[in-house]
Amino acid sequence: MSEVGWWGVLIAVVGGAIRVSTPYLFVSLGETLTEKSGRVNLGLEGTLVMGAMSGYAVAHLTGSPWLGVLVAGMAGATFGLAHGAICNLPRVNDIAVGIALFLLGTGLAFHLGKPFIEPSAPRLPHFALGAWSASPQVRAALEINALFVVGLVLAPLLLWGLRNTRWGLVVRTVGDNSDAARALGYSAEQVRAMATMAGGFLAGVGGSFLSLYYPGTWNEGLSSGQGLMAIALVIFARWNPMHCFWVSLLFGGATALGPALQSIGITTHYYLLNAAPYALTLVLLVWSSSTRHTLVGAPSELRISR
Amino acid sequence: MEDQVTFTRREILVGAGSLVGLGALSSRETPGTALAAAKPVTVGFVYVGPKNDYGWNQQHAVAAKKVAQLEGVKIIEQENVPETVESEKVMEGMIRHDGARVIFATSFGYWPNVLKLARKYPDVLFTHIGALWKDGDPKNAIGYRGYMEEPHYICGYVAGHLTKTGKLGFIGSKPLYFIFNNANGFILGARAVNPKITCQVVITGDWNNPVREAEVTQSLIDQGVDVIVANVDSAKVVIENAERRGIMSCGYHTDLSELAPKGFLTGAEWNWAVGAKFVQAWQMAGAYPNLLRGGFKQDMVAISPFGRAVPADLREKALKVRQAFVDDQLKLYKGPLRDNEGNVILRDGEVVANDDNKFKLGVKFLVEGAIGKTGLKK
Amino acid sequence: MRLSNGAETAAISAAALLATLVLFGGFVALHGLNPFQVYGVLYLGAFGTWFSLQQTLTQAAPVMLTALCTALPARAGLLVIGGEGALVVGGVATVLVGVALAGAPPPLAIALMCLGGALAGGLWIGAAGALRQFRGVNETISTLLLNYIAIAVMNHLVTGPIRDFAQVLKPASWSIGEAFMLGEIPGTSIHWGLALGVVACLAAWVLMRHTTFGFGVDILGGNVRAARMAGLPIARMVLLTCFLGGGAAGLAGAIEIVAVHGFASSSLAVGFGYAGILVAFLSRQNPLAVVFIAVLLGGISASGGLVQRRFGLPDAATLVLQGTLFVVVLASNTLYGRLRAARVA
Repeated sequence: MSEVGWWGVLIAVVGGAIRVSTPYLFVSLGETLTEKSGRVNLGLEGTLVMGAMSGYAVAHLTGSPWLGVLVAGMAGATFGLAHGAICNLPRVNDIAVGIALFLLGTGLAFHLGKPFIEPSAPRLPHFALGAWSASPQVRAALEINALFVVGLVLAPLLLWGLRNTRWGLVVRTVGDNSDAARALGYSAEQVRAMATMAGGFLAGVGGSFLSLYYPGTWNEGLSSGQGLMAIALVIFARWNPMHCFWVSLLFGGATALGPALQSIGITTHYYLLNAAPYALTLVLLVWSSSTRHTLVGAPSELRISR
Repeated sequence: MEDQVTFTRREILVGAGSLVGLGALSSRETPGTALAAAKPVTVGFVYVGPKNDYGWNQQHAVAAKKVAQLEGVKIIEQENVPETVESEKVMEGMIRHDGARVIFATSFGYWPNVLKLARKYPDVLFTHIGALWKDGDPKNAIGYRGYMEEPHYICGYVAGHLTKTGKLGFIGSKPLYFIFNNANGFILGARAVNPKITCQVVITGDWNNPVREAEVTQSLIDQGVDVIVANVDSAKVVIENAERRGIMSCGYHTDLSELAPKGFLTGAEWNWAVGAKFVQAWQMAGAYPNLLRGGFKQDMVAISPFGRAVPADLREKALKVRQAFVDDQLKLYKGPLRDNEGNVILRDGEVVANDDNKFKLGVKFLVEGAIGKTGLKK
Repeated sequence: MRLSNGAETAAISAAALLATLVLFGGFVALHGLNPFQVYGVLYLGAFGTWFSLQQTLTQAAPVMLTALCTALPARAGLLVIGGEGALVVGGVATVLVGVALAGAPPPLAIALMCLGGALAGGLWIGAAGALRQFRGVNETISTLLLNYIAIAVMNHLVTGPIRDFAQVLKPASWSIGEAFMLGEIPGTSIHWGLALGVVACLAAWVLMRHTTFGFGVDILGGNVRAARMAGLPIARMVLLTCFLGGGAAGLAGAIEIVAVHGFASSSLAVGFGYAGILVAFLSRQNPLAVVFIAVLLGGISASGGLVQRRFGLPDAATLVLQGTLFVVVLASNTLYGRLRAARVA
């Protein structure tokens, strides 16, 4: 086989974009829904880890990865509901509660997950979209996993749902003007709790991807802040689910760039390279923010946009 | 007795690292004959990660269980202790609160904390797996470590026979001397079979970072690598990802052959059983070495069972190589040897003894055939 | 029930603590352990012996300062979570100052190093404050991102440009030298950083509770519009609270260098910043309370290991305890005002 070199870097970035973006995609879609209703859930990092652990554990015990995904989602929904319920109490700061649940979720996940570090669990299926290629690298890069496809369908669905359905309107109204929503007879608290619960479900599913597909193991070092990054991602994507999709791909590719360069011998500055997604987000945030108007697309009731 | 033989061999080895009690050793004192009953002692184990990580920490936990079976010994363990001042607090807590009198500091970065506490508590024995002890360091500290480069040589030897692309991959955790020695061993073993083989060496920067390890694995495979070995705390992620892509792999720390039924070749494993001997020596006020290193010869390292991919004749050849280490016939570093930047390391005829600690501690180069840098100034 | 403000805070905090202990007790009971035994060991490891107490206080010192990084801007209505990054930046700056001042008289050098670290941290978070004030960039997100960036830059510097290659154990920066190290409080094994931390919290408390500036900040934190109508210098207050908060965290970084390590390495980023966020919220952003809460949390951290060893509980149990405490205290926030009779309208 001939030297693959830079072409290999490109393939790695494309493959990485697809592989690594899936958890970002699910968490950001979930957080978009939550934030559209006017809440910020910083606890998604803990939810992600909890989802990874519970999905792996259930898949190992039952032999079914999809059952693992489902349970991961439900674990995430439970945390989301906890967040929603606690934040519904008056005078409770939702950002702080998020951090608290992040700690609690991570602690519980590590605690309960001890017996599952060693064993293996069945893996989620994938579609071999690269089967046409003779090159194994291209084939590997174009291995689209099943959850990615689910996310791919979910993003436009969520966008359409928020724009065109009644519940979408309710969520958005609660997020933009909770007084108006109340006047219409909807309980802002209930809607937010539901939205946070749904967001948690998606985050849990995103977490299960990490353990049930790629990297495909349960380990306490599994998440390196993807849940928190997704919060920034949502703002970056202007609370638009389809933008979440593209930005997730971007972040996934950026994460894969460092290791890919290392594998062709470019080893300098790898810490800086690995921080690229964060710097990129900050730059874009600074560039697109302004004091004159709230961030375009930001739900007005959202604390962080005021 | 095995430990007598070990200590005697230490006497005649030419290398840096002095040994305390050399006088006692040369008088061939047998530990244990003087005192009848073993003094009860609490032994503390400090792990940098979880005990069941299917890798580094697990091997130490296995050794801990053996220590726990010794007469009069009670063990206490703490996991996930980071390599910061925290470790000092943990070790000191074990001494002050739990009355520990022997501490096993099982991660490389604990050494400065070990030194500090060893000076503060001269009646406590500290063991450390970094093999960094030198003259002037407290006598109640032991540095010990197996020569992992020897089993890595065998992994490379097997890989060299079975690779189809001639490209190997070595994933290392941190830019430290033993990682480079292991990489060199791997490459030298492979190039002994085929001098054209190359090996990509990538350092992730963490003992444990599954996402990055997985990404590096994917990139290496995309570059055409078909055998991978990972020197990280748990090589499970790397091996499973390699297996999914049909690539061969070698294990590290512990027996990982089950994870890759098709692609597993062999692996480099530790034998930390000598730890129990240190505890016994401490209990009975016997002699112990301050610096103990050994390879196959001293039974401090081992190779994993061969995977299905390794045919019977190759297995025999590999075992002969192992025997060559045991007989001290095979030297890992011998001239002519260049590093991968063209510098001459050893001239023709020059040989480094397999237990030359000073040389190995100072390894800052990667041998010819390696693609990558150590990042350390020479 | 009629309670004064102070009594109400005390009562609710005590209730929250009690509820946490009960919940954690239930958690350990599920493991077949006797909760009271666990409480006993928690106390032993935190405050039970002189050794434990020293450990606890040493743990509390940096966290007191990083808590100010969240508490001070929070009083102005900002939610800053950048203590970790500011600490790291402060640590690196301290090393650079220390190396540049090699040969200077130690007391001067130490003072300048601490100042340098504080300044660096202050500028780091001050920048986030400026971005918020003049660009409308949300400070929670920006400081979160700045954390990652600070750690990456530190790692890069420490493994390259400012690296001391003689250090074989882990990549580490140049050392400031033994002469420049801050010693221990006589009679203890606690370094002077603890004193600095307490003094900083006291100074912050005086500033925030007993000056016009502090009063103005309180108004700003309560209601932006009211502050604007009162003509308060909002930009100055935002920038200053961020600068001071970041300065405190930067000072924590300086202390890590000057009193603990002597050089910068990845050991700077061990979570003091995030612990500080927890302490700030538990103290309800009151700098004086920060001292006591930091000690409390320091105690939990210090005793975690002992609990793990005595009962075989995995280390994650400490995280669960801290998370539970945090959740309960935050939820208990809702009780404030209910235990007081309404002030006469």
